[in-house]
Amino acid sequence: MTTLADPELKPSRPAPAARAWRRGPGRLPYLLLLPCLVVIAALLLWPLGQVVVMSLYDLDSVRQVRGDRPWPFAGLANYREILSDPFFHTVLRNTVLFALANVVLTMVLGTLVGLLLHRLGRRMASFVGGCVLLAWATPALTGTITWKWIFDDTNGLVTWLFNALPDGLSTSLFGRSDWTGYGWFNSPLSFFAILTLVVVWHSFPFIAVSVLAGLKSLPGELLEAARVDGAGPWRSFWSVTFPLLRPVFGILVVLSTIWDFKVFTQQYVLAGGTQDRPTFMLSIYSYATAFSPPPKYGLGATVAVVLTVILLVVTGFYVRSLLKQEEL
Amino acid sequence: MRRSALNLIGLLVAAFAVFPVVWMVSTSFKSTPEIFSGGPVPFPRDPTFAHYRTILTGDLIPGVTFVDFFVNSVLVAVATVLVSGLVALLAATAVARFRFRLRTSFLVMLLVVQMIPLEALVIPLFLMIQRLGLYDTLASLVLTYVGFSLPFAVWMLRGFVAAVPVELEEAAAIDGASRAQIFRRILLPLVAPGLAATSIFSFIVAWNELIFALTFLNDQTRYTLPVAMTFFFGRDDTAWGPVMAASTILTIPVLVFFLIVQRRMVGGLAAGALKG
Repeated sequence: MTTLADPELKPSRPAPAARAWRRGPGRLPYLLLLPCLVVIAALLLWPLGQVVVMSLYDLDSVRQVRGDRPWPFAGLANYREILSDPFFHTVLRNTVLFALANVVLTMVLGTLVGLLLHRLGRRMASFVGGCVLLAWATPALTGTITWKWIFDDTNGLVTWLFNALPDGLSTSLFGRSDWTGYGWFNSPLSFFAILTLVVVWHSFPFIAVSVLAGLKSLPGELLEAARVDGAGPWRSFWSVTFPLLRPVFGILVVLSTIWDFKVFTQQYVLAGGTQDRPTFMLSIYSYATAFSPPPKYGLGATVAVVLTVILLVVTGFYVRSLLKQEEL
Repeated sequence: MRRSALNLIGLLVAAFAVFPVVWMVSTSFKSTPEIFSGGPVPFPRDPTFAHYRTILTGDLIPGVTFVDFFVNSVLVAVATVLVSGLVALLAATAVARFRFRLRTSFLVMLLVVQMIPLEALVIPLFLMIQRLGLYDTLASLVLTYVGFSLPFAVWMLRGFVAAVPVELEEAAAIDGASRAQIFRRILLPLVAPGLAATSIFSFIVAWNELIFALTFLNDQTRYTLPVAMTFFFGRDDTAWGPVMAASTILTIPVLVFFLIVQRRMVGGLAAGALKG
């Protein structure tokens, strides 16, 4: 019998102490983490430092990026240049207002749909849930292309619908009756309205599904008790559901903020590239500065640093509050 | 609120969510005259495959069809899923099953790096890819996408690993199973739905990504689907039939993948294992 000599078996003998994985972890967890740490360090942390370094140089050719040519040090000149540029202030304002509007709309719609899914009958819930999942699953790129087709100025559905309005009504409301050729994307305001529609359409499902998952994890007795005590839906949401799901909502708000601050694909597709400067937001501005000819990698990196700093501040607040209230 | 009112709202939500997808697919099957006649007809009167034929057989550049871009995208996405899934599972097991000194720091770092705007990393990663000699290769994209999908994949998988009751593993340990056996026989099967969900996340990151593919690829034969879409169709705004056909082809793998796994995610696998 080798049983007694087998070192693998021995520690499991004292049954109460058998914490399966925890018998003297030693170096094992670090080994398991190593590949992950290497990937994160090389592909996220190093570039994060590098973007700061690049923002301090004047870089305007690929040869410099490759390291074949020297990098002229610019100090804070790039930062001075963008901070004194009125266009940068427009870009910053666009970004903040857009993110704010989208986070609020996405959270409200997503939460309402999550609550709705929780209340619906089983078959109806899985039907609606399935449809909502489809919107979530649809790639940002093709979803946006489809919305662009819906708002096409000649044959798009929206143009058709507006043309179908009685002429008198259309004229008195909007001052025009023929909508063929109307550029839905031409004015910044209507461009941002459509962009908001596209982004909210694409991101509310994630919120809804996450809120639903949270609701399902709540003990039903609590909501039942609130109802017995006479709380309406509004009261029981704010007094029972919301406090219990606060960590979930916290994560969702932060994730939405991050996503909506750096919208790129939807904007790139709706605007048809990087030409529509009045609607620029930080991420597309950074990209266009760096890669549209003439390339200015240093200046693009500077804009990227500003974007990152804003988001890291948001994240900082979030992580701090998370550490205060919850054990990881 | 009345059940019927709730159901009505539910149907409206469903319609809003699903409408663009329906519109995309239906346009792709409409004849060109029907597309130009406009109007809210949700289904093609006279379905045609003409746009798909245009897309699949027509050379977009000499010798290169849409199928080649599809293959490029599949290669990138599959490689990303495999690498990212493996690395994430190891890390998730470490955080969900061990208490070690840097565990909390690691988790906080995971949270923080998820908040790094990837769009801000295009320029430094462009530099890295240039210097590694990976510019204009699909490998540059796999590398990038593994990095991007990993933090969230670990975060997500950690929950799934933690949800597997430790009691099962303890029982196995008492029965004399080794760590490797516990991992393979107990943890892996129970965490498989989570791994599938994570893989879907990584797949979608890789399959949909536009900005890095736009930046790192130069030779048109290496384009992934999203780049090919914006490059070849984004400019000609009137050819909505072929554009919608191409969009449908790009969208369908994602939808199918989603629907397959969604069912498996719903059942409380771990709870069943304990009761059974």
